[in-house]
Amino acid sequence: MCLGIPGQIVEISDAEKRLAIVDVTGVKREVNVACIQREGEPLDEMIGVWTLVHVGFAMSRIDEEEAAKTLEVLQMLGEAQEELAAMKAGDASVAAE
Amino acid sequence: MKYVDEFRDPQKARALLAEIESLIDQVPACQDRPLYLMEVCGGHTHSIFKYGIENLLPKKIELVHGPGCPVCVLPMGRVDDCVALAEIPGVILCTFGDAMRVPGSKKSLMQAKADGADVRMVYSPLDALEIARRNPDREVVFFGLGFETTMPSTALTVLQAEQEGIENFSLFCNHITIIPTIKAILDSPDLQIDGFLGPGHVSMVIGSAPYEFISAHYKRPLVVAGFEPLDILHSIWMLLKQMVEGRCEVENQYNRIVPKEGNGPALGAIAQVFELREFFEWRGLGSIDHSGVKIRDAYARFDAEQKFAVPAVKIADPKACQCGEVLKGVIKPWQCKVFGRACTPETPLGALMVSSEGACAAYYQYGGIEMEAAE
Ligand code: SF4
Repeated sequence: MCLGIPGQIVEISDAEKRLAIVDVTGVKREVNVACIQREGEPLDEMIGVWTLVHVGFAMSRIDEEEAAKTLEVLQMLGEAQEELAAMKAGDASVAAE
Repeated sequence: MKYVDEFRDPQKARALLAEIESLIDQVPACQDRPLYLMEVCGGHTHSIFKYGIENLLPKKIELVHGPGCPVCVLPMGRVDDCVALAEIPGVILCTFGDAMRVPGSKKSLMQAKADGADVRMVYSPLDALEIARRNPDREVVFFGLGFETTMPSTALTVLQAEQEGIENFSLFCNHITIIPTIKAILDSPDLQIDGFLGPGHVSMVIGSAPYEFISAHYKRPLVVAGFEPLDILHSIWMLLKQMVEGRCEVENQYNRIVPKEGNGPALGAIAQVFELREFFEWRGLGSIDHSGVKIRDAYARFDAEQKFAVPAVKIADPKACQCGEVLKGVIKPWQCKVFGRACTPETPLGALMVSSEGACAAYYQYGGIEMEAAE
């Protein structure tokens, strides 16, 4: 119930009720977007926005910049591990001689 | 899908696991005992089992599966009330699928449906409202449950009903709040937790600031975590890093979804429609002060508990059930006397066996290898 699923807003279907059509892996579903509308933001400008959908409501915008940052940290950890593994392998080879 | 595959990359997972391996030996608390980390949210429990994360982690890390599955902590008395509502002639009771099989003292909603009650599974409270629009001569009751993640959706649905003047729609409100729950866990004497994985989607509504008391007063670090395997490993790594560096903070791993200040419109809708109950009864945990919400007087006509008479009888958990001890991490699910015998997903005794977010069902479904090893 708490997991939710990412989707992209493709169309505003009922501006008054703040309903939009969201594409979730090819399946289209009407959701309420009241929680992610910024103050004074026209609904039309939300087309293309990626959002996390929970029980028929768009609950959060997916922040691409933050996602990139997190992935970068993970990438760096991965590279550090490769370095360390290479170092260890090097040490082992030296010790073997 | 946006940022799903990226957070499932096995190579990065291996790197994280190696980092965790090398950090764990430096954690001061973990020199002569295991390190206990609790994931509060049932969504995390689900992911942890689905991806076998527990088996990948160093043996020294023990994950304690917390009470964050709203379906699992629903007490029998509330299920009975819900069944009673469903059985009122003319009522259509709408519920999330998860809640269908939760056992009441006599029957579940599924059994009530088999006995002729009009119980309908919906994906969203808005679906229930639509059913009310289409059936003006029937009473439609929505079985609202969940933490702050789902609270805004029911609040906004009630506000929509009010705006349209839909009078045959009401809410049976079983929403619960996360902070008093974590506090109750922290105050429990038989509990030892070194750090928390914070619930990602509750936090997207309430933000990360409300957890500050956990690091400030209880001196336990908390990392708000996403739900993909890398999110969970990354969050565990962040917790260990804090411990090794002697820090104790609230950190946010799930920045791509969770803003520090939470979601303003969602919090606004919650505050408008709901107020705190003095206490709420939990399966296995007993009564926790201020842990539930009810509908404010201004919206009383949408409150199923006021609109209809519900029995509201408190029913004790079945004696054989050890759900409470599992919820607090005192025992592992398979250590419960009835696990896999009297209590299975087909015939659940306790609610932890019902939902895929419940620790017992998760162990039953994915935990075979580990159980065998332990037996
Ligand atoms: S096995 Fe059943 S009764 Fe025992 S703790 Fe799990 S859900 Fe509760």
